[in-house]
Amino acid sequence: MAVRPLGAVPLEPPRRLLTVTVDGAETRVPEGATILDACRANAVDTPTLCYADNLTPVNACRVCVVEVEGSRTLVPACSRTAEDGMVVSTDTDRVRHSRTLVMEFLASSVEMDLTNADVHRWMAEYEVHPERFGAQMPELPADERDRRDPGHHHEPLDPTVAEGVAQPVKIDNELYVRDYSRCILCYKCVEACGVDAQNTFAIAVAGRGFDARISTEYAVPLDESACVYCGNCIGVCPTGALMFRSEHEMREDGSWDEQQQTVTNTICPYCGVGCELELHVQDNEIVKVTSPWDHSVTNGHLCIKGRFGFAYVQSRREDDPTRRRAGARDRRGSSESASD
Amino acid sequence: MQAGPSAAERAAVDELLGPPTSAWDGALERSEFDHRVARGGADARGDRDLLLPALHALQGAAGWISPGGMNYVCERLTVPPAEAYGVATFYAMFSVEERPPTVVHVCDDLACRRAGAETVIDRLRSDDATVVASPCLGLCERAPALLLQRAGDQVDSALAPVTDDALEGLIRDGVWGDADAGPESAPQAWEAASREGLRLLRRIGAVDPSSIDDYRAHGGYEALRLALEHGPEWTLREVTDSKLMGRGGAAFPTGVKWKAVAEQPVRPHYFVCNADESEPGTFKDRVVMEQDPFAVIEALTIAGITTGCERGYVYIRGEYPLATERLVHAIEEARRHGFLGDDVFGHGAAFDVELRRGAGAYICGEETALFNSLEGKRGEPRNKPPFPVQRGLFGKPTGINNVETLINVLELLRIGGRAYAGIGTEGSTGPRLFCLSGDVAAPGVYEHPHGVTLREVIDASGGVRDGRAPKAVLLGGAAGGFVGPDRLDVRLTFEDAREGGYTLGSGVVMVFGDSADLSDTCLRIARFFRDESCGQCVPCRVGTVRQEEALHRLVQGRTLGSRADELALLEDVARVMRDASICGLGQTAANAVQSAIASLGVFGGGEADALEGEAVPTRTEAQES
Ligand code: SF4
Ligand code: SF4
Ligand code: SF4
Ligand code: FES
Ligand code: FES
Repeated sequence: MAVRPLGAVPLEPPRRLLTVTVDGAETRVPEGATILDACRANAVDTPTLCYADNLTPVNACRVCVVEVEGSRTLVPACSRTAEDGMVVSTDTDRVRHSRTLVMEFLASSVEMDLTNADVHRWMAEYEVHPERFGAQMPELPADERDRRDPGHHHEPLDPTVAEGVAQPVKIDNELYVRDYSRCILCYKCVEACGVDAQNTFAIAVAGRGFDARISTEYAVPLDESACVYCGNCIGVCPTGALMFRSEHEMREDGSWDEQQQTVTNTICPYCGVGCELELHVQDNEIVKVTSPWDHSVTNGHLCIKGRFGFAYVQSRREDDPTRRRAGARDRRGSSESASD
Repeated sequence: MQAGPSAAERAAVDELLGPPTSAWDGALERSEFDHRVARGGADARGDRDLLLPALHALQGAAGWISPGGMNYVCERLTVPPAEAYGVATFYAMFSVEERPPTVVHVCDDLACRRAGAETVIDRLRSDDATVVASPCLGLCERAPALLLQRAGDQVDSALAPVTDDALEGLIRDGVWGDADAGPESAPQAWEAASREGLRLLRRIGAVDPSSIDDYRAHGGYEALRLALEHGPEWTLREVTDSKLMGRGGAAFPTGVKWKAVAEQPVRPHYFVCNADESEPGTFKDRVVMEQDPFAVIEALTIAGITTGCERGYVYIRGEYPLATERLVHAIEEARRHGFLGDDVFGHGAAFDVELRRGAGAYICGEETALFNSLEGKRGEPRNKPPFPVQRGLFGKPTGINNVETLINVLELLRIGGRAYAGIGTEGSTGPRLFCLSGDVAAPGVYEHPHGVTLREVIDASGGVRDGRAPKAVLLGGAAGGFVGPDRLDVRLTFEDAREGGYTLGSGVVMVFGDSADLSDTCLRIARFFRDESCGQCVPCRVGTVRQEEALHRLVQGRTLGSRADELALLEDVARVMRDASICGLGQTAANAVQSAIASLGVFGGGEADALEGEAVPTRTEAQES
């Protein structure tokens, strides 16, 4: 695991320093650092999608590629360890081309509007034009992508339009929804559900090629799977494909408003582990819960209680004048109904 | 999910894994002991590499992988069901939905579609067969080809060529019955060609592939004896002196690779024979495995002992039933004679071989994808470095060579490394196998020394079928490229190829005569890569799709913007795939299409706008119609 908690006391012996040249500037990084670390140390902005500081790099998206002298192909900055004397270029025509095309490929097949501000900034900076690939395929019927056989070519209705992954949102439990029209297949949720955090293995990558997707066994609904609703997959998902049901419903009825939200940091009261919580509050109501990825206890990960068990905070007497907005639907999470 | 296995599924899995030892790993009864002691953890997970064989067992027992069967396997091997499902849905030969016990995989890839695959598919479908259009089945010399995948008591078998008679026979006797479609009877190229001077194919057709005695009578196990008598250092020196380069496409010096594995301090070491030959148009390894299986095992034994391994694996593609059968038999026979086991040949070295079957995934021919597949994971390539010699199979130093490379070792030990280096050219030593298919008079596997020209190779197979110059030759496979009729005199060596911008790849020489529709060929190649991409990295997962779409637009005359715009788009896609994909599949997925555009003028690209028969309507023309 590549977890490097910030603020922790460094107990390891001091590491040898390597010299890496990034865009002409010599940079010293400790042995074991990645090219991405070297870029960051040099304040070179590097787009990343599948990389996260609290997960093992899978180097699947390839948006972070850089040119390394002596290498035939471009190399992923996020996972390639730096070597002494390495000469890295990040702003060549080749690099820009690949980064642009990777983002164009994704944006032409996946709904990207809920990715974070960085991604939007990179898409603008790299002049991403997904419409170059023409009209997008319309939304597929529910579950259709879940049933595609690997290697058996399925002829799309119109093979000349840009194939995409648009499909209905999967809503099969009280706590969170899976909107795979937004999935860029970054593998983060699988890692968070697996050995990088939760060790539950409820979801995995299934299928092959463009038909690859995140799935439970036989695509069963979450409540028939091994899922324990820790929500750690939601915590790491960079695209909004995995989302609190509360957030999803508020977005649907147009009431989600991040400008109005405040974030309150607190410690989870349920058990002695002491996880730090960030309560996202809108209109005096908790609408989602996260944990800072660099917190030394959680690395951003929680369990069902800390993540979803906040309903009690909001239970107020019926006559309480401060009670929730009239007409708002009950979108409080309920751990009981989920773990039934 | 709660479902349990059927009796047949349970029996099939138990046959592979042995009966469960406790209720913790799937026994029906809970014993007193089980109530007190828990099983599981790292120990049980250590069997993860048996997942693929276990899924084969389920598929073979029931014709599909049912939730109950998979649950049982997951219990036995301590694999999370979601992961097992992810593995099962990676392979084309597995189905996670119920389907009839016999499925016909009809090849509609390059050679077979030229030989009437469509008709075969239509005829079988009209008879209600369950038909799956398949990528190249490695039987191109006898196109069109099909593979019967069967469940229950019957075994898979291939049929090639699918003549009208054979097809009607199949339907009459019932594909569903026990039609024996053994692929042995058809004419083989080596029977036509002169046997003079053959080195790699020396025994092919002359030796009884099921008899270890006959193999020895034809010089078999001489090389292993030499290797054992002189020791690993001598063997390594001979291999290095021979300057043998890997025949899998990457052309890496075999001696360097072996030495690197041998010198790794970490133990154990593994050696893998890559027999996952799946490159469209390639069938040489299959012919060798079917006709000279002991040679493969002997060569692997030499490789393993020389590099300090005690265990070797043969990973063979799932679509090769006959080659599988013969190799399994050869391994058993070798073991019985003490040529494999704790004390090979009585020289004190231990080495044994296990055969593992793939299940329909071209990508598993990529070495790191192969390791993952063998370890029971999805066949997704790993990022390199680390390289296999450092961290390969099970995270240990691993040597890996394909079948052709390995059998070259027998020859170079027989005649000596230096003598071997005298064959071929300075930079490309030794003989080379070529897979001739398409519009040639006598398709098949041919052996030539490196340095032969493409024209000579084609002439040796009787030349182009209609006697005229070919319209194009696909050299090196789908990951290779097209060579135009004006370049038939290119020399087939690594160094010439590097300089001339072509590749020998897996030795494919597929000839397209006058009547060939090259845009259809390009579309099929694009489709192949789209279907076979593992889906892990964006450049390849989406790039292969965008490439195919653009070709469809060009063929249908529905271009976005002008034809030139589409060609530029294709080039953009090609570039990111080549530069930024994780593995060779994505990096080469645009080669053939790009070479067809650039050197043959297909789709109106390159210098050859004038090429007849390939007119692609411009956007304006298309809008008018
Ligand atoms: S659901 Fe989210 S985290 Fe999971 S692979 Fe898709 S985009 Fe990544
Ligand atoms: S989130 Fe879970 S593990 Fe963390 S403190 Fe709360 S109850 Fe304990
Ligand atoms: S290049 Fe293609 S096949 Fe290779 S890792 Fe990437 S997606 Fe998979
Ligand atoms: S961020 Fe490096 S490959 Fe995705
Ligand atoms: S077997 Fe059909 S193309 Fe190779």
